[in-house]
Amino acid sequence: MNKTISIDGKTIPFKTGQTIIEAATAAGVYIPHLCHNPDYKPHGSCKLCTVKINGRNCSACTFPATEGQEILNKTPELENDRRKITQMLFVEGNHFCPSCEQSGNCQLQGLGYYLSMKDNHFPHFFANRELDASHPELLIDHNRCIFCNLCVRASQQSDGKNVFVISGRGINKRLTVNSTTGKLKDSNISVDDCAAQICPTGAILKKRTAYAVPIGQRLYDTKKIDEIALEQENKE
Amino acid sequence: MSDKIRIATTSLAGCFGCHMSFLDIDERLLKLAALVEFDRSPITDIEHCTNCDIGLIEGGVCNSENVHVLREFRKNCKLLVAVGACSINGGLPAMRNHISVEDCLNESYIDGIGVENPQIPNDPELPLLLDKVYPIHEIVKVDYYLPGCPPSADVFWAFLTDVIEGREPNLPYELLHYD
Ligand code: SF4
Ligand code: SF4
Ligand code: FES
Repeated sequence: MNKTISIDGKTIPFKTGQTIIEAATAAGVYIPHLCHNPDYKPHGSCKLCTVKINGRNCSACTFPATEGQEILNKTPELENDRRKITQMLFVEGNHFCPSCEQSGNCQLQGLGYYLSMKDNHFPHFFANRELDASHPELLIDHNRCIFCNLCVRASQQSDGKNVFVISGRGINKRLTVNSTTGKLKDSNISVDDCAAQICPTGAILKKRTAYAVPIGQRLYDTKKIDEIALEQENKE
Repeated sequence: MSDKIRIATTSLAGCFGCHMSFLDIDERLLKLAALVEFDRSPITDIEHCTNCDIGLIEGGVCNSENVHVLREFRKNCKLLVAVGACSINGGLPAMRNHISVEDCLNESYIDGIGVENPQIPNDPELPLLLDKVYPIHEIVKVDYYLPGCPPSADVFWAFLTDVIEGREPNLPYELLHYD
């Protein structure tokens, strides 16, 4: 007999070793997420995937599925928590979408739309964050980094390199480049590396490729992130 | 006084792009004119607002005058609406927020490229700059938000028709944009 969990009353099969988000994705159930990417080991830092398992809040990207779990996912309470988390991510960095090359194709923004987020609610930090345009082909705009750790993991786990690390704590947390100068140009990243493609926001960008897709035809202009994420992650 | 819905509008630290986008409702303006009356607004040149139903605020708060105008709107409008990216998060003007006011003024009026007759303007008529550009919800309570840079004409129309017809305003997915 198949082992199953229940998400919002729907019965979902799982294989031993699968996390809740993996079982959900395979069954066509979207759980919001930013730091989770099925190709990499979970990091569990953004907390957008928070679900209620047998009455307790847990991260669906790190929590293993076990027989009989009763899980709540798309409830007004959890969607409200997720909206608040997304708002916190917006005020912690500097997200001026009208001037961002990633606008329309950005997962953070797409999630804001999905959660009907209309404002940032909290006072803005207006943090002083740097721009590293030293590399001939790549750009890091630290204003838009949400510390999801995906570039760190992609560099280590796919590219066999170690270009990035998250350093510092709290308000001083920063994505740091592993090179003697701290500049991207002095690292061994290459433009074809997975680490250069993986960023869910507009923090790591390929130069001279911006604004190629007209408004109206960008990824999240008409299609919601739940549909797109399920399509992409089940294709892999 | 007529029983039409009274709307006041203003642009604080904005570019008037949101107002232009509002006017893009085109011929629907005629329908709107039958239902609403404009109070203080660049459209009417009325200088102060009194007893309005809706106040539409474009732009963030960058100087002392913006604070006074915003407070006047809050006091006189039942429903205060942050319109556009700048009123919601400070927008592009807020990109100065990690630079000190002194450095901003020096760069613009003293050391900047091509500056002639360098001097920092200090006529008493000029409103004083604030240390930062503030989103309006950090100064007054805001009742509703219309994101976008600018929000499209359809966003204005959806919001106003919802309010006029007594519904809770609701922006469908296609109308929700931060850019
Ligand atoms: S990274 Fe995303 S959310 Fe941030 S400014 Fe760019 S488009 Fe907006
Ligand atoms: S640069 Fe992008 S991928 Fe790397 S931690 Fe920041 S948001 Fe995540
Ligand atoms: S997706 Fe689970 S914590 Fe980020």
